[in-house]
Amino acid sequence: MAVDFMYSEKVLEHFRNPRNMGEIEDADGVGDVGNPKCGDMMRITIKVDEATGTITDVKFKTFGCGAAIATSSMVTELVKGKSLQEALAVSNKTVVEQLGGLPPVKLHCSVLAEQGIVAAIQDYYAKHPEKTPPPELESKAQYLEKVDPHGWPDGDQ
Amino acid sequence: MQMMHVSDFVHGKTQDIIYLDHAATTKVDPEVFEAMVPHLQEEYGNPSSLYGLARRSRIKLEQARETVASFIGADASEIVFTGCGTEADNYVIKGTALAKGEQGRHIITSAIEHHAVLHPCQALEKQGFEVTYLPVDEYGLVSPEQVAEALRDDTILVTIMYANNEVGTIEPIAEIGAICRERGVWFHTDAVQAVGKIPVNVDELNVDMLALSAHKIYGPKGVGALYVRKGVRLPPLIDGGAQEEGRRGGTENVAGIVGLGKAIELLQRRGEEDNRREAALRDRLIAGITESISHCRLTGHPEQRLPNIASFVVQYVEGEGILLSLDMEGICASTGSACTSASLDPSHVLIAMGYSHTLAHGSLRLSVGRENTEEEIERVIELLPPIVQRLREMSPLWADARKRGEVT
Repeated sequence: MAVDFMYSEKVLEHFRNPRNMGEIEDADGVGDVGNPKCGDMMRITIKVDEATGTITDVKFKTFGCGAAIATSSMVTELVKGKSLQEALAVSNKTVVEQLGGLPPVKLHCSVLAEQGIVAAIQDYYAKHPEKTPPPELESKAQYLEKVDPHGWPDGDQ
Repeated sequence: MQMMHVSDFVHGKTQDIIYLDHAATTKVDPEVFEAMVPHLQEEYGNPSSLYGLARRSRIKLEQARETVASFIGADASEIVFTGCGTEADNYVIKGTALAKGEQGRHIITSAIEHHAVLHPCQALEKQGFEVTYLPVDEYGLVSPEQVAEALRDDTILVTIMYANNEVGTIEPIAEIGAICRERGVWFHTDAVQAVGKIPVNVDELNVDMLALSAHKIYGPKGVGALYVRKGVRLPPLIDGGAQEEGRRGGTENVAGIVGLGKAIELLQRRGEEDNRREAALRDRLIAGITESISHCRLTGHPEQRLPNIASFVVQYVEGEGILLSLDMEGICASTGSACTSASLDPSHVLIAMGYSHTLAHGSLRLSVGRENTEEEIERVIELLPPIVQRLREMSPLWADARKRGEVT
């Protein structure tokens, strides 16, 4: 049956009960990605253990459709407790697989989720110039759809 | 509140749904269904054939034509049955291009038309036609003056919708029609949302062509009709047999057309009362929702709007999230958010009305109908605020607005 226009049960479950929703106030890294034009905006905040380079906490806030919320939720689950290097290895494909698939028109949401993590890690290293980022960061970051958080629509009447 | 189980949601097993998407489609009325059934079974004659079985189909077909015609103040010979409203719009636009392409290659429409009009216009642009997409004001109104200014010597068609499907705004069709008539330019209106909701009389509206659809008025899907004023000659788009006076080939969808006729009969009988009742439900929705949800406002014209459409933008959230959440409560609604389309662009209607992309992503349309009750409306007014609040708590835009002190 061609049901690729539908959300999987897993997607709906994450939409209903999102994991790690929120914003870490004293975050070590913040990733703001997305674009108001296509309607998905994601903020990933991470807490990193300085000594071990492990993501001890991660939270998301997302403005977007069911898929955007579900992919944000899933990606936070996938990177929590991982080292920064391991987190960078989490691809959008993994997010999609873990969600039991996404309708083709929603695949960009999973890309956004991956980018959110990359952006947060990039921000972490920007705040810690003394640390050497894993080599993957540079190659992954070049695909970031960079968003200036202050460029986000404000007071949009 | 009792949310349904996810798997029930996936498979659409809804116990009691609250259907508030009548602008998308409606349920076939039992009387319509009853009228249709014989023509799917024993009364199966092809109306083009000679014998009694066929003649009976033909008689029913022509009776339906009379009914449709009289409802809009037309003559039966001016009604062409089509496969849907979209086909009727395509027929007008592409048919006019075929008929008058030698005389002129300019068409005027509005920026807020349904895709059934916009996309045929865009297809003609690829063929070298020029199309003017008139802007609208913040309420979605097209101004007759702008139509007059846009008219050129090579304009062959003006096509403006009677009422907008997303925001319910009713356009000044009679005024625009008068301008077109004075200039001798064919004028078409897509009245798919308007028929049955507001008075439709082709003479009063000064239209040369008018499209309508059965499934928006408790008739079946797969049937539309086009009014074509006497003297307006459109070459057929669907070449084939001599059906529909040679204007559309293909054996007629007799059951569907009979259903359309019956649906119109029902409008004649109960339309006015339905509209009065629906307008009250709409007003309750508008008041209840804009009062209980902050940063949420009505879209479209506050008075000059269809009696059945309540449309909003809900700031800081995205429409699909609202729809999914409502669906989990068994409530059927609609949005112009990009996330429900493949294009990633939000509603062209709201953008044309001057709304920003983020606001347009938070659009919500609730369209009431015959069977809705006051209790259902109250339930929606009760369920929507916590749904919006939950999504706002997830939204970085809401968080930022709160940090800036714009919201509490």
